[in-house]
Amino acid sequence: MSTQVTTGLQVRKSIELTIDGKKITAPEGSTLLDACRAAGKEIPTLCYGDTITPKNACRVCMVELEGSRTLVPSCSRKVEAGMVVKTDSERTTHSRKLVLELLGSSVDLSLTKNVAKWNQSYDAKPSRFGAPSFHHDNRDDAVTGHHHPPDGQTAETVHQPVKIDNALYVRDYSKCILCYQCVDACGEQWQNTFAITTAGRGFDARISTEFAVDLTDSACVYCGNCIQVCPTGALMFTSEYDMRQAGTWREDEQTQTDTICPYCGVGCALTLHVQDNTIVKVTSPNDHSVTHGNLCIKGRFGFQHVQNTNTD
Amino acid sequence: MDLKIALGTANAEERNAVDSLLGQPSETSQGAQRDELGLRVSRGGGELRQLRHMLLPTLHSVNDRVGFISRGAINYISQRLDIAPAEIYGVATFYALFDTNERPARQVHVCIDLACRAASGCTEETLPEGAIPSPCLGTCERAPSVLVIETGVTVRQEVLAPATTKQIAELVAGKSAPTEQPIAQAAPQTPDQSLVLLSRIGIVDPLSVDDYVSNNGYSALRKAFAIGAENVVAEVTASGLVGRGGAAFPTGRKWAAVASQPVKTRYLICNADESEPGTFKDRVLLEGDPFAMIESMTIAAFATGCQHGYIYLRGEYPRALRNLTNAVEVARERKYLGDNILGSGFNFDVTIFRGAGAYICGEETAIFNSIEGYRGEPRNKPPFPVEVGLFGKPTVVNNVETLFNVLPIINNSGEKYASWGSTGSKGKKLFCISGAVNKPGVYEVTFGATLRELINLAGGLKSGSQLQAVLLGGAAGGFVGPEDLDLELTLEAARAAGTTLGSGVVMVLDQSVNMIDQLQRIAAFFRDESCGQCVPCRVGTVRQQEALARLVNSNGSDSAAIDLQLLRDLGQVMRDASICGLGQTAHNAIDSALTRLKVFSV
Repeated sequence: MSTQVTTGLQVRKSIELTIDGKKITAPEGSTLLDACRAAGKEIPTLCYGDTITPKNACRVCMVELEGSRTLVPSCSRKVEAGMVVKTDSERTTHSRKLVLELLGSSVDLSLTKNVAKWNQSYDAKPSRFGAPSFHHDNRDDAVTGHHHPPDGQTAETVHQPVKIDNALYVRDYSKCILCYQCVDACGEQWQNTFAITTAGRGFDARISTEFAVDLTDSACVYCGNCIQVCPTGALMFTSEYDMRQAGTWREDEQTQTDTICPYCGVGCALTLHVQDNTIVKVTSPNDHSVTHGNLCIKGRFGFQHVQNTNTD
Repeated sequence: MDLKIALGTANAEERNAVDSLLGQPSETSQGAQRDELGLRVSRGGGELRQLRHMLLPTLHSVNDRVGFISRGAINYISQRLDIAPAEIYGVATFYALFDTNERPARQVHVCIDLACRAASGCTEETLPEGAIPSPCLGTCERAPSVLVIETGVTVRQEVLAPATTKQIAELVAGKSAPTEQPIAQAAPQTPDQSLVLLSRIGIVDPLSVDDYVSNNGYSALRKAFAIGAENVVAEVTASGLVGRGGAAFPTGRKWAAVASQPVKTRYLICNADESEPGTFKDRVLLEGDPFAMIESMTIAAFATGCQHGYIYLRGEYPRALRNLTNAVEVARERKYLGDNILGSGFNFDVTIFRGAGAYICGEETAIFNSIEGYRGEPRNKPPFPVEVGLFGKPTVVNNVETLFNVLPIINNSGEKYASWGSTGSKGKKLFCISGAVNKPGVYEVTFGATLRELINLAGGLKSGSQLQAVLLGGAAGGFVGPEDLDLELTLEAARAAGTTLGSGVVMVLDQSVNMIDQLQRIAAFFRDESCGQCVPCRVGTVRQQEALARLVNSNGSDSAAIDLQLLRDLGQVMRDASICGLGQTAHNAIDSALTRLKVFSV
């Protein structure tokens, strides 16, 4: 990760900058977010993931940089000597509050970590944009450059039916904030499968396969690396989805056990999430040097044999 | 790449459309009719991936031939360019001129944007069935405007403006449009050789290079070669020229920054994606004087050390495309493009790149993604284009009008050019005057003319018209009122008055225009044209439109104050936190209407 000071034998230069009036140093090449967090500042992030190049799409981590007309995204802006940064100004607070409200009023953030806390600390009230509208044509059929005019009452949302088209995971794009991480993980940054893309434009932009075909008709290889990076629960193991539907998902009772995948010789680290002595989902540690959070279909989904009680 | 191709095979027409651009597939490549041996071998993936910039032209080729992009077509393009079908789908659905659903070969796009709806009341609701509502088509001087695209072996594109309701219905029914008006009609000052930027409009035959040369053409390029690249940059810097696309960045500084890059592969992009509602100046220049575009690009490339140039032309300008295509071909034939231009040893060529209906692609980094075959989403800055631009190389992006200004700068001198205009705004400026004036069109003035003078130049207000408001700078600009008529149209005076000249739009709205309708259209425009990448713009433009809709229904009740506050809050987050200029300016015009014109005052 970029907070590391040495890379091999090369020592990285220290950069001096000012954050909220205090002079600090940060290693060259690190981001403002790294520097701010190292300085103990709490900056919310939503689309940022530690295994994907920052897309800085959500704009919740914006900070004020002296000399810059607009705020800058701390997740992707690299530190430069002499920068004067404010993390808690009127503008940054307003910006974070509005981003939380805009997302909160259009997307189901019920499974997104920390949102309730941030809504409180930034006084964000998503409901002030009107009652959410759940009446939509299929978002996959949106016509680029055209839209239905607003009804003057409700706030449009990205609500749409959950996509269940395979046995391994579900896609609930009502929860999608368009962080692009799944697309990047599926594509050139990790898996190089390119089964999904961002389709459409503007508010109609959505994650989709070609022509919104089912995953079973797409190039998907069910590595589940998209689930690993999804920050909002839009992508979810079928096992988790079914248990949540049945009201039996109890995360606080689950244990996590790290182990090594038994299938091949690569040695991927697995984290088994276990509830009631049953594996309910599998992840991999993002900071593991072999996987960086990535697995293949066998490591991610091939755990049924462990709990197969049929001894015949 | 291991492509998974399913569901759908390209038909012969679609294959022909793709092959006409990419050539026949080789025996061992994907997409070829392969025998058993061929299926075991697949070569050339790496080479194919170098061709990603052919994606948008290929999609155009298919769309031109069959009218839409089918599954089979995407699958075939996928095999020919080694790009996953999903990615191609993502790109195809980014552009409004493409459709991934089957549709009729004939599409009638009717402009429902600001100038056209002010002129005719033409809205989404009043269109005849079968017509497609379109954002500004850039023919505002003769609003309302229609663009007909009839796809086939040779695609036909016609513009009809002004169009009556009856004519629109006839176009939808399949009737051909009458011949378009002469180009020079859009520039009422012409013909006049004493003009600086419009001097050749209506005088030269835009298809003839000989005509161009005998009217002072290629004198600036010869002089540029004589004085050398560094001196060209120095002259442009001395001229005080700033970008005419709306952002007003000093051109000389941009050129110097690229010229000093250590990386020697560099690109020049002429931004001709003129899509700002109310803007049509670049169209007139490109249609009427296309060789000047090639000459000024050659000078810019010579000065900054670029080997290749792209003209990113918006997809809705058929006559500009025809005239530019001819100009590039003729210039190549006559050695004004290619190797060793005019015996100088300088090599340079130009590619015309058609946009496909996306306002955002006029953003300088979105252009890069669009040309490279990705979705036209803006990139994060820094790094800036002068360091990391098209294909990751240092890139100069200049607007059409900006480049045209280079010719008089070199022909005279930077100093002479800087003697025109005001302290803070040097040289000549084109304004696009539309709306309730007697002679709408493109006008060339020296910086410093007042709004009143400009309106008088355009023949004054129409009889019976009373001035209600003027939109300066387009949808991303701002409204001013009748009390601002003595505003000097300079960058500094506009800034001091809290408004902007933007791309030079002066849309004159009289008492007959429904301002609330105009505001709602502006909000709808930004919603439609947002790329969807960042939250402030993607959701903010929707919430802005919704708040306006509520205000219209509120009739000054208590809720109006709440919605006005919401609009201000939205404006601030869009301005402060959007990735690019689209989101940052999406509230400007609405803000100006609320604060300056007191629309919805409570």
